[in-house]
Amino acid sequence: MRFIIQYIKKYKIRAILAPLFKMLEAIFELLVPLVMASIINKGIASSDTHYIIMMSGVLILLAVVGLIFSITAQYFSAYVAVYTASEIRHDLFKKILSLSQATKDQVGEEVLTTRITNDINQIQNAINMVLRLFLRSPFIVFGAMIMAFIVDVKSAFIFIGVIVLLSFIVYVIMKYTLPRYKTIAARLEKILHATSENLAGARVLRAFCQVDNESREFKQKTHELAYMQINTGKVSALLNPVTYVIVNLGIVALIYISATRVEAGYILQGDVVALVNYMSQILVELIKLANLIVLLMKAFPSADRVQELMEMKSDERTHIETVETSEALSQGNISIKNVSFSYNHTKEMDLVNITLEIPAGSTLGIIGGTGSGKSTLLKLLNHTYDVSQGSIEIDGTDVKKISDSKLAEIFGIVPQRASLFSGTIRENMTMKTATSDDAEIKSALNNAQGLDFIEQKEGLDTVVNGRGSNFSGGQKQRLTIARALVGQPKILMLDDSSSALDMTTEAKLKKALSKLSWNPTRIIVSQRASSVKDADQILVLEDGQAVGLGTHSQLMENCDIYQEIYYCQFPREEAANE
Amino acid sequence: MNNKSQSRILNRVLIELKPYGFKVFLSIICALITVILTLRIPVLTGEAVDCIMGRGSIDYTQLEDVLRVMCITIIATFFSQWIMNRLNNSITYGITKELRDRAFAKLQHMKLSQIDSHPHGDFVSRIVSDADTFADGLLMGFTQVFTGVLTILGTVYFMLVISWEIALIVVIATPASLLLAKFISGRTYKFFKEQAGLRGRETAYIEEMIINKEIVRNMDYEDDALESFVVMNSSLADASMKATFYSSTVNPSTRLINNLIYAAVGVFGAILAIGGGITVGGLTSFLFYASSYAKPFNEISGVITEFQNALACAARLFEMIDAEVETNQGANTTDDAKGCIEFKDVAFSYDKSKKLIEHLNLKVMPGQRVAIVGPTGAGKSTIINLLMRFYDVDAGQILIDGVDIRDVELDNLRSNFGMVLQETWIKNASVRDNLKMASPNATDEEIIAAAKATHAHSFIKRMPYGYDTILSTEGGALSQGQMQLLCITRVMLNIPPMLILDEATSSIDTRTEQKIQSAFNKMMTGRTTFVVAHRLSTIKGSDVILFVKDGQIVEHGNHRELLQKNGFYAKLYRGQSEN
Repeated sequence: MRFIIQYIKKYKIRAILAPLFKMLEAIFELLVPLVMASIINKGIASSDTHYIIMMSGVLILLAVVGLIFSITAQYFSAYVAVYTASEIRHDLFKKILSLSQATKDQVGEEVLTTRITNDINQIQNAINMVLRLFLRSPFIVFGAMIMAFIVDVKSAFIFIGVIVLLSFIVYVIMKYTLPRYKTIAARLEKILHATSENLAGARVLRAFCQVDNESREFKQKTHELAYMQINTGKVSALLNPVTYVIVNLGIVALIYISATRVEAGYILQGDVVALVNYMSQILVELIKLANLIVLLMKAFPSADRVQELMEMKSDERTHIETVETSEALSQGNISIKNVSFSYNHTKEMDLVNITLEIPAGSTLGIIGGTGSGKSTLLKLLNHTYDVSQGSIEIDGTDVKKISDSKLAEIFGIVPQRASLFSGTIRENMTMKTATSDDAEIKSALNNAQGLDFIEQKEGLDTVVNGRGSNFSGGQKQRLTIARALVGQPKILMLDDSSSALDMTTEAKLKKALSKLSWNPTRIIVSQRASSVKDADQILVLEDGQAVGLGTHSQLMENCDIYQEIYYCQFPREEAANE
Repeated sequence: MNNKSQSRILNRVLIELKPYGFKVFLSIICALITVILTLRIPVLTGEAVDCIMGRGSIDYTQLEDVLRVMCITIIATFFSQWIMNRLNNSITYGITKELRDRAFAKLQHMKLSQIDSHPHGDFVSRIVSDADTFADGLLMGFTQVFTGVLTILGTVYFMLVISWEIALIVVIATPASLLLAKFISGRTYKFFKEQAGLRGRETAYIEEMIINKEIVRNMDYEDDALESFVVMNSSLADASMKATFYSSTVNPSTRLINNLIYAAVGVFGAILAIGGGITVGGLTSFLFYASSYAKPFNEISGVITEFQNALACAARLFEMIDAEVETNQGANTTDDAKGCIEFKDVAFSYDKSKKLIEHLNLKVMPGQRVAIVGPTGAGKSTIINLLMRFYDVDAGQILIDGVDIRDVELDNLRSNFGMVLQETWIKNASVRDNLKMASPNATDEEIIAAAKATHAHSFIKRMPYGYDTILSTEGGALSQGQMQLLCITRVMLNIPPMLILDEATSSIDTRTEQKIQSAFNKMMTGRTTFVVAHRLSTIKGSDVILFVKDGQIVEHGNHRELLQKNGFYAKLYRGQSEN
């Protein structure tokens, strides 16, 4: 909550002026009953038409000036709310970009999006309403009371009683209902999850004849929701009638007491009317105040959630001094020394004691089952995560000493999940190196076997929809490969990235990649033996352990697991026929 | 929505409301009483004020009478309002629950073609939010319109009784504030639209950057991303400022007009009072009416859009409740089918304008294994859809042990099949409950034995609460491969006479697959099995291989026959081995 105030401070003057003008408006509103009282007391009593017309001029003036104040206040509060929210959004986006991969995985993509959209909208709304109402409503409530004291002290004591009683009732009702509204929201959420789960499992549920069971469970959930709603409704249904009764009985008492005051000669008939007016003003504003509190109750958790995210550590990785010299890192030798790694520091290791030299320009194949640690190893090489033990060096320099932008330049990465950005092909291809010319992009596309289908469309200006939805899986893979080739990175990493390609294209791609003019170091991850067979060396991973390292023929001799994988895919008799 | 369909939906709503008829009737009566009593208060206040003319001229007996009536009126209002609120709650929440239950129950028996062709999120939002909007908008909207109209009529009546001249001013001048409100919101609509557009664009951008965060970092694109964001964010702020500010001028502006009317009533009333045309008390009542007269108008105009919205939601819900269900007219049941499956001249297509399967004839003997092979998207799952009656054939018939599957009771038909699909589905429940789905009476020993056979036991054991660990739908805790192992264990616990395995081991790594092979073989022994797989080793040993291409079965026979045929299968087989 406090961090929002920090942001608002930037608009300090506007944030003070907004409620101030609202207060001025309230004062003008409070003056109206007084004017009306004097119309009755003086104008009607002494049949002074001139006076009445003059006073009506005052009423009009009050209305117009009130309008001006009010609009000024609305302007300032809208300004503060909108621009504060905009800045929070900006900083949060920056924060999200800087979060480490580990933190992002932990928080989740959907949550991040909700924080920066819905939660910030809630905050914007709340700031706006607070600036407009938070001073105005209490001011009218207490202002009406003060005005009543000005009119007649003795009658005004009823105001104190009514205000105290009303505040108490509103407090009690809200204290009862607010936490229950949270429960209701949670129960509704359960219904939502149950429905989408049921839809996703439609086939399985029918196959297992579970549908009636599902209906029964769902009914239980809707029953729990309705029960809570009706229960809470019982109390909230009291709010309007009770406040109505208190204020109106207050008016009855007020009329009776003021009658005795008129009799005693302290006040006039017009004053009675003014007092009654003030009393009814209190009710309207108190209800507004209660609604505002409900709104704030919704906004507070939003603010807390945003703050929590803001306070998350940006980048948990270790950066020792950064090396920017391109001379030192121009070759692409990688040495992995006794590397162990665990995503979750308490659990068992995801990678155990890997040691490996990858000379510049050579090809390394990595093979293993799902969850064996193949992709994890790639992520350690370019410092997406810190290694837990050991070290990784590129051309003799520890990756922790190399800046992220330098690492981005050295590595060309093709992720497992092919993903493009909305924009044009050219924009996608030049994300890393804005200076690349069309010739370079086309050559990258050509090597990635992606030039043909792009040229059949609108070439480099072909529009890419969000997530690349207008391209097939195989096309997306070829485009992400091309994207990695632009800029001629010294190290090329392909993470199981030809799975959606047909065999002819894959063969062509393999050939093109082996003949790249700048001869980068290549690291190819795959589940298929055929993809890594020709590599200079092959690393076999199993449950995070390196269980084999060598060429295909070496591994066929001495690595059981490699043989197993190989024979699964090339049945023995078939392999014998080769 | 046109008027005709609107009135049709309204009719339907009234039918649905019938069970609540008495409560609705009572609620209307209470609303009526509340409005009349509430409107009496200003008149009574005025009368009371008239009793207090000045020093020495206070009519105490009259005053006490009036105040006593006031007290009774107030208390009566309290009760009628309270009862009305409770009635409305019970109607609203009751009908919402009922509609949700019915829609959900319908979902269980709806034709799968509808579930497949419809975005799931849409069904979810019908059950969750449409049900709410419908109940809120329709019933609360109804009460508001009803009391609003009554209040307006009552106010006009009371004003006319006190003084028709001033009443005229109020009645004529008030529409001005409504017009002004409409004018301003009409103009701000443009800004809101702009804001919504920019907001949508920014959200899409944010989502894209979050999803691809790793790529963004790997390409050192963070600064560029922030730069583009700043541009979007500042134009959103400017549009948002306009929308927020201009829309917030509506209230002060209408308040100005109401204040002006108030002033006019004050002046004319006071002048009239001098001539004795109205008492001071009368003027007081009038001022109350004048300031509260405009309120119901604003409410009603807001409610009408809400009301239409509610009708639209109702229409969407009813559409779901009235959806066509699976036909289940068969009466035959069998507890253990032999598993002789015959396709007789079967024709089927999803899109009736495009032919898919035609003249499919196939006879599978009990205990045989049928492998379905073909490129992705060729329609391998179609045959499964037909066997399980997720979809019904368009022509011809499918016979199991000589009985048309449409003549078999639906649950009974399905319980004779064990099914494991590529897309694993886990219920948000404990591991044990998930495994027991097909065999509710399985003992813990049986469950553990089955889990051991599928090599699922070791990872289940390592979970925080073992077999009692609650699995979440979003997964997270389990890998795809582990989920597939659970799904296999589920079938293993109670193996029906026929099996359908659709890429059942696609996410399981080759070595684990080898390890569970013996369990799999045991499971398939003696059972008619349909296997969709891409690994040739699984396919080769099958009794019948169906090669599916573009929805058609283009080749069928065993491995040797198909190799001799030298067609698609032979090409696929050689291609994969040579690679």
